[in-house]
Amino acid sequence: MDDNLIKQISLFAENKPGRLANIASKFKEASINIRAFTIAEAGDFGIIRMVVDNPDNAHRVLHDAGFTVSETDVLGIEMEDVPGQLATIADLLGEHDVNIDYAYAFVTRTEKAFLIVRVSDVEKAVKILVDGGINLLSMNDVQSI
Amino acid sequence: MIEYWNPQIERMPVDELETLQEQKLKNLVSYVYNHSPFYRERFDEAGVKPEDIKSLKDLTKLPFTYKKDLRDTYPTGMFCVPNKQLARFHVSSGTTGKPTVVGYTKNDIYEWSTSLGRALTSINVGRDDVVQICYGYGLFTGGLGMHYGAEEVGATVLPIGTGSTEKQLELMQDLSTTVIACTPSYMLYMSEVAKESGVDFVKDTGLRVGILGAEPWTEEMRKRIEAATGIKAYDIFGTSELSGPLFTECTYQDGIHIWADQFLVEIIDPDTGEPLPEGERGELVITTLAKEALPLIRYRIGDYTVLNKEPCKCGRTHPRIMRVSGRVDDMLIVRGINVFPGQVESVLMKIPEVGEHFMIIVDRVNELDTMKVQIEMTDEAFSDKVNDIMTLEKRVSDALKNVLNISVKVELVEHGSLPRSMGKSKKVIDNRKL
Repeated sequence: MDDNLIKQISLFAENKPGRLANIASKFKEASINIRAFTIAEAGDFGIIRMVVDNPDNAHRVLHDAGFTVSETDVLGIEMEDVPGQLATIADLLGEHDVNIDYAYAFVTRTEKAFLIVRVSDVEKAVKILVDGGINLLSMNDVQSI
Repeated sequence: MIEYWNPQIERMPVDELETLQEQKLKNLVSYVYNHSPFYRERFDEAGVKPEDIKSLKDLTKLPFTYKKDLRDTYPTGMFCVPNKQLARFHVSSGTTGKPTVVGYTKNDIYEWSTSLGRALTSINVGRDDVVQICYGYGLFTGGLGMHYGAEEVGATVLPIGTGSTEKQLELMQDLSTTVIACTPSYMLYMSEVAKESGVDFVKDTGLRVGILGAEPWTEEMRKRIEAATGIKAYDIFGTSELSGPLFTECTYQDGIHIWADQFLVEIIDPDTGEPLPEGERGELVITTLAKEALPLIRYRIGDYTVLNKEPCKCGRTHPRIMRVSGRVDDMLIVRGINVFPGQVESVLMKIPEVGEHFMIIVDRVNELDTMKVQIEMTDEAFSDKVNDIMTLEKRVSDALKNVLNISVKVELVEHGSLPRSMGKSKKVIDNRKL
C-alpha cells in the first residue's frame, strides 16, 4: 500500500511578498528538488503543496526554519496524455464515493501526465484505482522523474 | 516546610484585623496630614480633618489619589519624609507618560519583603528553593522586590533579570532552579525556546513553581502554561506605585491574598467612585497602612477585580482579590463596546488549535471601527485543506463575537510572526487617529 502513496509537503504561508523566495532559498541550500508544486490561496494566507524528491528532508528544513509544515499522503496517478483520461479516473473515484479534496497535475518528458490528488479515503482509493488498472506513482518513481 | 510566615497576623480573626486597621488608619491620616503638604491640601479641599476619621466607615470621606498626582508632584512632592531618610528610589518606566518616583525608608523595604515573604510561604516556597528571578532589576520594582522577598524566606536567589533565554535555560538546569518569577508571556516564550532546543521542562529541570505577573493574564493561559511546563503557576500582584510585587495567591489558586494589616482594599465603580458591594467587579482602590516614605490614600489602582472576603481554605483570614481582568486604561472602546484584551485571551485559549500568542489590531475604516485579531495555530492543528483553515478562522471569529458582541476578523499568521516578549507583552495595536 505504501508503495502506492507519495508524501506531499504542505506548508502554511502568509500571503505577502518574499515568502516564496524564502522557502525556495531554503530548498536551494538543502538541494531539494521540486517535482510538482501548487499554491492554494485564500485571501490572507496560502497553502503551498508540493511533491519533492526528498520529503523528509524538506519537512525538516522547513520546520527548522520555523514554518508550519506537514506531510500528507496523496496519490500520484499516472495518466496517458490523451483526452478522456481525467474523466476515467474521476468517474472511478466518484462511483465509489471517494471525494477528491484537491488535485493538481503535471506533465513529464515521457509523454505521461501525473495527477496528484488528496482523497477522502486513501486506502479505498488505492484499491479502486489499482483494481481499475490505473498505475500509481511510488516515492521511488517521484525521485527518478 | 513552614505553613505560615507570620501565623499570628495571617490567621488573626477578622474583627481583630479590623480593629488593627482602624487604629493604623487613624495614625496614617494624621501622619500624612502632618508630613505631606500635598495631602494636607487635598484633605483641606475635601473639607476633612484627621479627627473626622474615627472608624473604617469614615474611609470614604477621604479623597482619592491618582497616578496623575504622582506625576504632577514629580519627583517627590507627595513624600512624607526628607530624602535623607530614604533607603531607595524606584522609578516607573514612564511608558504611558511622565515617570513616577516611589521612595522607601528602610522600614518600607522591610514591610515590602515581609509581604512577599508571607506570600511565598503561602505557595510553599522557602529555604529549600532556588528562585530564578527573571523580572527586570534596577529601577523597575519587579526584580529587587522579588529578590528581597525570596531572601526573606531563606531561598537561594538567582538574580538573572530579563533576557538571554538560552542562558536562563542553561542555569535553570545547572543550578537546579525550583521556582521561576517572570511575566506569563516570558514563561511561554521560554517554553517555546526550550522546546526548540530540546529541553524538556518536566524531565530536564526541577522547576515546580512559577510566580507570574506584571501583566494581566487569564485562567485559560494558566492552564496552558501549567500543561506546557509542568509547573504550578501562581498569580502575583503589585504595582510600582504601591511598592512593586506584593501579593500572591496561596496554593488553592483562588484569589490573591492582600495583607490587611498593611493595606486597605476597596472596590469602587470607576465612573461614580462609589464603593461596590463585595462580589461585584470594579476598580481596585488601595490605602497603604504601613508605608512611611510615600503612603497612598485611596489610591486608584486602575485594575478591574472582585473582592472576596470568604474564608480561604488555607486558613488565612485576609481578604482576596480575584483575578485581575484588565486595567481601566487597557480597555478598548470599539464601536462603542468595551473590550478588554483579557476577554480576547480567555476566548482564544479555550480553542486548542490556537497558539499562545495573539495581537489585537484596531483601526478605523470609513468612519467605522474595525477589530482584527491575529493568531498563530499550533503545529498539530495545521491542515493542508484551505477549507479547514477557513473553518478555524470562522470558529474563532464566532467565539469572539459571542463574548465581545462585535464582529472580529480573525487572521491566521505564520508561526513565530507575532512578537514574543521578555517583559510585559504588547497585545494591542490601535491605529485609530482619534
